[in-house]
Amino acid sequence: MSFPLLTVTAAVPAAGAVATAAVPAARRAAAKWLALAFSLATLVLAAVQLARFDPDSGKPFQLTESHAWIKSFGVRYDLGVDGIAVVLIALTALLVPFVILAGWHDADPLEEAEPNRRWRPTQGFFALILLVEAMVVISFEATDVFLFYIFFEAMLIPVYFLVGGFGDRAGARSEEETAARRSYAAVKFLLYNLAGGLIMMAAVIGLYAVTAHQLGTGTFSLTEIVQARADGRLQFATVTERALFLGFFFAFAVKAPLWPLHTWLPGAMGEATAPVAVLITAVVDKVGTFAMLRFCLQLFPEASKWATPVIVVLSVIGILYGALLAVAQKDIKRLIAYASISHFGFIVLGIFAMTTQGQGGATLYMVNHGISTAALMLVAGFLISRRGSRLIADYGGVQKVAPVLAGTFMVGGLATLSLPGLAPFVSEFLVLVGTFSRYPAAGIVATLGIVLAALYVLVLYQRTMTGPVKDEVRGMPDLRVRELVVVGPLIALLLFLGVYPKPLTKIIDPAVGHTMSQVHRTDPKPDVPANDVEAAK
Amino acid sequence: MNPVNYLYLAAVLFTIGAAGVLIRRNAIVVFMCVELMLNACNLAFVTFSRLHGNLDGQIIAFFTMVVAAAEVVIGLAIIVSVFRTRHSASVDDASLLKL
Amino acid sequence: MENLIGLLVAAPLLGAAVLLCGGRRLDRVDHWIGTLLAAVSFALGAVLFADLLGKDAGARTLTSHLFSWVPVGGFRADVAFRLDQLSMTFVLLITGVGTLIHLYSVGYMEHDERRRRFFGYLNLFLAAMLLLVLADNYLLLYVGWEGVGLASYLLIGFWQHKPSAATAAKKAFLVNRVGDMGLSIAIMLMFTTFGTFAFGPVLTHATDAGEGKLTAIGLMLLLAACGKSAQVPLQSWLGDAMEGPTPVSALIHAATMVTAGVYLITRSGAIFNAAPDAQTAVVTVGAVTLLFGAIVGCAKDDIKKALAGSTMSQIGYMILAAGLGPVGYVFAIMHLVTHGFFKAGLFLGAGSVMHGMNDEVDMRRYGGLRTYMPVTFVTFGLGYLAIIGFPGLSGFFSKDKIIEAAFAKGGTEGWILGGAALLGAAITAYYMTRVMILTFFGEKRWQPDADGNRPHPHESPRTMTIPMVVLAVGSVFAGGLFSINDTFLKWLEPVTGHAEGNSPLSAIEVTAATMVVLVLGVALAWAQYGRGPVPVTAPRGNALVRAARRDLLQDDFNHVVLVRGGEELTRGLVRADHSVVDGIVNGTAAAVGGLSSRMRRLQNGYARSYAVSMFGGAAVLIAATLLMRAV
Repeated sequence: MSFPLLTVTAAVPAAGAVATAAVPAARRAAAKWLALAFSLATLVLAAVQLARFDPDSGKPFQLTESHAWIKSFGVRYDLGVDGIAVVLIALTALLVPFVILAGWHDADPLEEAEPNRRWRPTQGFFALILLVEAMVVISFEATDVFLFYIFFEAMLIPVYFLVGGFGDRAGARSEEETAARRSYAAVKFLLYNLAGGLIMMAAVIGLYAVTAHQLGTGTFSLTEIVQARADGRLQFATVTERALFLGFFFAFAVKAPLWPLHTWLPGAMGEATAPVAVLITAVVDKVGTFAMLRFCLQLFPEASKWATPVIVVLSVIGILYGALLAVAQKDIKRLIAYASISHFGFIVLGIFAMTTQGQGGATLYMVNHGISTAALMLVAGFLISRRGSRLIADYGGVQKVAPVLAGTFMVGGLATLSLPGLAPFVSEFLVLVGTFSRYPAAGIVATLGIVLAALYVLVLYQRTMTGPVKDEVRGMPDLRVRELVVVGPLIALLLFLGVYPKPLTKIIDPAVGHTMSQVHRTDPKPDVPANDVEAAK
Repeated sequence: MNPVNYLYLAAVLFTIGAAGVLIRRNAIVVFMCVELMLNACNLAFVTFSRLHGNLDGQIIAFFTMVVAAAEVVIGLAIIVSVFRTRHSASVDDASLLKL
Repeated sequence: MENLIGLLVAAPLLGAAVLLCGGRRLDRVDHWIGTLLAAVSFALGAVLFADLLGKDAGARTLTSHLFSWVPVGGFRADVAFRLDQLSMTFVLLITGVGTLIHLYSVGYMEHDERRRRFFGYLNLFLAAMLLLVLADNYLLLYVGWEGVGLASYLLIGFWQHKPSAATAAKKAFLVNRVGDMGLSIAIMLMFTTFGTFAFGPVLTHATDAGEGKLTAIGLMLLLAACGKSAQVPLQSWLGDAMEGPTPVSALIHAATMVTAGVYLITRSGAIFNAAPDAQTAVVTVGAVTLLFGAIVGCAKDDIKKALAGSTMSQIGYMILAAGLGPVGYVFAIMHLVTHGFFKAGLFLGAGSVMHGMNDEVDMRRYGGLRTYMPVTFVTFGLGYLAIIGFPGLSGFFSKDKIIEAAFAKGGTEGWILGGAALLGAAITAYYMTRVMILTFFGEKRWQPDADGNRPHPHESPRTMTIPMVVLAVGSVFAGGLFSINDTFLKWLEPVTGHAEGNSPLSAIEVTAATMVVLVLGVALAWAQYGRGPVPVTAPRGNALVRAARRDLLQDDFNHVVLVRGGEELTRGLVRADHSVVDGIVNGTAAAVGGLSSRMRRLQNGYARSYAVSMFGGAAVLIAATLLMRAV
């Protein structure tokens, strides 16, 4: 038996969570370093995955592991990665060390708190982050629907505690008020996602019932179901397929989040600490969009095609709606949250445009959005921690006092508005082109999003960073070394992937081609294939 | 005598017991009414046993008696302890088990 | 030789990277690093130019493929450069004028504490603009296109501590983004129509596509050009952009940025040639803008804003020429180059005046400066003569050709366009004479600045005057040089194509008409400002003057419709998000909560009521069972 790389990649952060949680109360610093070490180990494993993954092998899933788990229900412990998953695992593993570093002091007990032998918030904070990482990684790896479902849902628990237990201390009038707002946000997050998850569970059971009925033995295995559909052994009735599709899609749309299921995100991102907000939007939410590509499209191709027009409309609404609401926000973190809603609209739009450019762009978008949001949100977090307020109106003239902070904030903002030369541009343009070639109207309306994105980013920058220096801002220290270590690599990566995204597209492209073939869609042909004519010459 | 008459008697006894449980407030009386209902059931069981000519009904009647005895022990103990704490044997006074 | 093209872009980009990331230790040499790298870029451009000149006219195209940028399915975008006569012309203009402006900034920005960044941004501007003109496909062009937008944002808002500068920068970027939207839609249309957006295949096969598609692409490209070149209706950012330091204005108006739209339309000539409707739109935009800008230029008292109106108007001429098709492409570019010289010279002159006058910008507070700043006066004066089209100077040759080409459009259209162009020439003569008289002639109307310092006008340092002199030389001779033997025409023709128009008026007649309107314009300005004293505060003026001072009310329109409307919309949406979208969710939660608190009443703690419900339940069960039996 070969080395179970995928299991180990998920197990290392899980083990890290246990180890970090077990650190005694007095050794807080050790817990941080331990968590960082485990997250870096995961990063190394993810890099090994990336290196061992062969994009041109033609196999849909690689590095597979398969073990029987619950035999009586046909549940298997099946892992495998395709080009999309391996890239997203790399993103997750990459971001978590930065999240840990950025949140280095976020869970330090308050100074006035009584020293207590059993009170270990720091250990808990970092352990929960690693736990989220482990669950996200295994969700990306699972090719068994049931296995995926378990971790897709279980992920909510650590995130719930991260949001509810470790809120942003800035801008609170009183401890009780923050606690109340925080628990409201955490409960809302949990209820929204649980509702989605429950509907998905019904669909998972339904899927099992259908397979059990038609194949004799029920199965949750993605590859097996896809194979059976291709052979014609498994045929869904139209109504059944649509109902099951909607069950799955609803859960993923909540997590993504797609308009109008988005209202939990601004609350959760606003109340959580900046690193946790990054963890939610850059990592956890990606499982939703990823699962649309892997499960919705591959399990229910016909129903996906049937639902496409509605989903395209919803995503376009989401793009504009998120951007317009971002413009009107008074709170920096909520602004970024609404911007993310707009960006998730782009991702879903790309997936359901059903073109190579759209889906490839959407996958790339997931990576780029993760990095750019992380950069912007973490710098915003540093800014907020200095002034102790989340309100845009409390800032002004920061670039005069802290030019490096302002500069990095600007780069993060420019990435968010998809400036060419930075990574998100490539993916956004691919999504737009992919959408346009099939749905021109949706493509054009979505393009309005780039104007609105410029509006909210520049308004945010102008109000916080430019203008006369406000008294409260005077004396604000510039970025510290730890903070530069967090932001520097992210910005370098944004630049690199903006100029040379080929290493990623090379891995993603075959996987997208495979997904497209599952849905039986091909790219629309140009009217005048000028390139072919040139080539023929 | 027609054994069906015993069934009528059982029904009447059961009804009296049920009405007593619903209407009376004194815990002891309610308890006695419960016993009455149990015995009405026993009577019905024995009658059916006789009617159908097998012994199952009689055996179940014995079971019921044993259960009723056990219930009396526990029930009376509860009533006594409630009486000690609340100085009342009214069932309406023991209404703490609600939200 | 091809490899030099990459270096051409890389040199200023390197400068930007070094200066922006280099930190304080560079603070003493930063301006020279920036200038040096711009000069390196110019030198490389000159070498490449010599190389092109050595080749046959038909073979003067160099391509350089660096790497494949975004390959996804049939979507292929490469980082590849294409240097032909058209881009070569731009490269020389951008790097040449750009280097001069760098040199000028050495003096102008000497005491600014953030000088290092300023030069970094200037270099970034050059790099983006070079990328724009050297790209070999529309997507890479788009990168340069937005890069120019970013650099202009950074430079216009360079004095960020002034809220007005920050707002102007934001406005420039936003208005440009609207244009960028046009460019991205045009690229998408190209991709769906041709399956590619590289210049070669798209432009050679343009005629194979349907006219409808081509018109759509053309209109979208026009929208893009309107944004970047400040054409009506996206011109509103240009006036506000004067918030930036003066060298920036010179760079934006002469060598980079606003010329991008003209480049885009000329480069996409094959598409426009096959889409007459789009061409009509282009000439309309050009004609409207050339009058619009000229009228605005007449009313402004701020010297830079008057020049900004002038730029808008002159770019209008170029867009008009480009919209005329092969008749006009060459002249559009020729005017662009000569305009690059004299407008840069005028802006640098204006900067020099401001430098000597405690950064005063109101021309009504100048007057009589010709003796105090002789070099500035002479160079500015030559630029002035060039822009109004004084015979023999650069502007004369290039503008005359455009007016001629406009008449050659033929029919009523030709008369309208030609008339508009002539009228524009008259207004140009008027407002430029006004600028000249108010600044350098008449009595001194100097006022102390806010701190009470009286201005002591003096000539600017060498680093500033040398570029002005060089540019003045260019403004005088460039037009003539280009026109001898039709050198410029022959140089560009292989790329843009050329057709002689059939003008209803002969060349002599057009020139004569131009001269007449020129004299009229100058005379009118002289009559109004030259003869008597000029009031220091502007008179109220009639409705047109007041409207022109407010940029013909375009900002007011934008404010009422877009800003207010947008604010109302977003505010409404925030409320809707809270009350409708979130309201449904919270409503569901409240409904569940309400239902459960009703249900709780059933749990009253009375054993007897539980017993009743038990009996009731049992009765219902028995009844149901009996009923089922009966049925």
